Amino acid sequence: MLASEKPIQVGLFVTCLVDMFRPSIGFATIKLLENAGCNVTVPEAQTCCGQPAFNSGDKKTTQDIARQTITAFDGFEYVVGPSGSCIGMLHQYVDLFDDTDPWKARAEDLRNRAFEITSFLVDVIDFDSMLASYEGNVTYHDSCAGLRELGVKQQPRKLLANVANLSLTEMEDAETCCGFGGTFCVKYPEISNRMVENKSANVQVSGATTLLGGDLGCLLNMAGKLKRQGHKIETRHIVEVLAGMTDEPAIGDSAYELGQPA
Amino acid sequence: MEIKSPAFKENARIALHDVNLQKALGNLKAGFPVKRSTAVARMPEFDQLRDEGTALKNHILENLDIYLEQFEANVIKNGGHVHWCRTPDDACKKILEICKEVDAKTVTKGKSMVSEEINLNDYLEKNGVEPIETDLGEYILQLRGDHPSHIIAPAIHLNLEDVSEIFHEKHNRPKSSDPAVLMQEAREMLREKFAGADVGITGANFLVAETGSTIIVTNEGNGDLTQTLPKTHIVVTSIEKVVPTLEDMTLFLRLLARSATGQEFTVYNTLSTGPRRAEDQDGPENFHVVLVDNGRSEMVGTEFQDMLRCIRCSACMNHCPVYGAVGGHSYGWVYPGPMGSVLTPQMVGIENAGLLPNASTFCGKCESVCPVRIPLPKLMRHWREDEFAKHLSPKAVRWGIGGWAFFAKRPALYRLLAVSSNLFLRLMAGKKGRIKKIPMAGGWTDWRDMPAPSGKTFMSQYKSRKQS
Repeated sequence: MLASEKPIQVGLFVTCLVDMFRPSIGFATIKLLENAGCNVTVPEAQTCCGQPAFNSGDKKTTQDIARQTITAFDGFEYVVGPSGSCIGMLHQYVDLFDDTDPWKARAEDLRNRAFEITSFLVDVIDFDSMLASYEGNVTYHDSCAGLRELGVKQQPRKLLANVANLSLTEMEDAETCCGFGGTFCVKYPEISNRMVENKSANVQVSGATTLLGGDLGCLLNMAGKLKRQGHKIETRHIVEVLAGMTDEPAIGDSAYELGQPA
Repeated sequence: MEIKSPAFKENARIALHDVNLQKALGNLKAGFPVKRSTAVARMPEFDQLRDEGTALKNHILENLDIYLEQFEANVIKNGGHVHWCRTPDDACKKILEICKEVDAKTVTKGKSMVSEEINLNDYLEKNGVEPIETDLGEYILQLRGDHPSHIIAPAIHLNLEDVSEIFHEKHNRPKSSDPAVLMQEAREMLREKFAGADVGITGANFLVAETGSTIIVTNEGNGDLTQTLPKTHIVVTSIEKVVPTLEDMTLFLRLLARSATGQEFTVYNTLSTGPRRAEDQDGPENFHVVLVDNGRSEMVGTEFQDMLRCIRCSACMNHCPVYGAVGGHSYGWVYPGPMGSVLTPQMVGIENAGLLPNASTFCGKCESVCPVRIPLPKLMRHWREDEFAKHLSPKAVRWGIGGWAFFAKRPALYRLLAVSSNLFLRLMAGKKGRIKKIPMAGGWTDWRDMPAPSGKTFMSQYKSRKQS
């Protein structure tokens, strides 16, 4: 980014899970965007993308939340979030409104501006400077919505290739669902458990010491399973590694248990 | 067939702990998906074929009446009969009537999911006609009093030992676990049945309007014997199988074989065009096509019309992680997996099958492999909307969503909820990074830890950073 160019105005879609469970992912996303020359704003009127309602068949609530989100992100050149699932939901707002509804056009406009963070960095602003350093052998889980709704596959790998000292080992079935599925994991816990057991087994076979992904829902599910099974594998969101913000304990770990000063 | 879909969760729990079933499902995963992807990789224009197939199916569905009437006219011209049946009961009655006309005692059957859908075997048996399944998988299931768990590999839930066991019991021969010996045994048993049958019943993969032909594809050749040896051939199939021309049919045959088994072409592709003519060496004297509707015409013109593009390849279930975990019987009716989760509510009612379209993470793998690009997750979501609108969803879900929505639609209140939930979870975790048990959240914590929030909410931290 040249100094003379006007900074790109980005609205950060935090996502409700990042807000609640792992704020560092939000700050890492801001850091990456600012390093790439963006001016980042966090609109206060955002809450959740609406997926819990959408996938439970409550279309009216989903429409209400869609209108709220569309309004909150009016005027930004781009809307970027650290989740393929939530950004994928923003893209689906167009299906909520009839062709004659003025909100349809606004939803289309939002769809054209909304990007998952790794896709934004690679596909939109072609950011490929040398990033942070991370000592470790990582494996990457392709979360479903990012992969199949938004085409996020090579982007995170391309960015990870720019992290010093990091080696990536692909696991078997990296593209297979981890079993999170939003409310699915509590509505069908035993099936979800089998799916995350399979995922955990594949992570272990890969020999990786760190599991990375781009969606906190999946990461909470996989980290929760790995921890319950007593594995030492660290689970992190990719932006933590890309932004060099890995001082914080991994998902499901605490500074106290790791013997670090709090 | 008894509808066991309301017990999906219980069925799934049993299936997850069934060691033999899990072993069989492991074989499935290593089989069809790998073969499909190899076949697709060998055909660079595969995605283009999918687009063509999708567009053609859409065109057919827009003109379904025209092509069906053309098909009917040509069947009649060839000397055959077409019977329109709105309900499964209509279809069973019509088939029995045809059987009675020729005084049939036994009928041989090729594999047909539509015949499962209308529960034909039970109906024939009750009315004194013995149906004999001739597809190897279906034959094994019939011996066991079992039902298909997969639409192209009906006995996929069984292992070699199960087959060995039932053959020994029913065939009265020494027990063998050599697949070749078992296959030969089934052949010998079926050979006499083929010769003695009065009627042969098959399904149809496609109906060709321009010629009045029906086609079935098999890898065993049992369909050929079923339809050429008896005096009467009944094709029982459903209305959305019609295609305009033979050339159109070949497009779908190419898509079907690759998507289903990873073959470039199925081994036997058998066309039936009317009864035997004077110059024909063999073939049935009577040719009937029983066209089943069973709710399909109601789907035309609705959000579910896309489902009628389905060519029954099974790719969606072969790639589905939920199907792969619980198998086809858990779904509790005829059609399992993602396609079944869309079709079953249509055919048995959403009040009976609501758990099926909910049993999906919407991972989208099914849609990504569908040869005719059916948006299966979207259609499952339509069922959830229908269920929600009819107040059929569980109270816990409705109240949960309602309570959550109250806050999600009010950002300032939502902040308060987030801050207090965040604090609550951090207090529960104490100095640990995760929580072992959360009341009311056993769905999560019975199986995995809940990682604790790593600090105050993002929004509160962001606010204080901005202020400082």
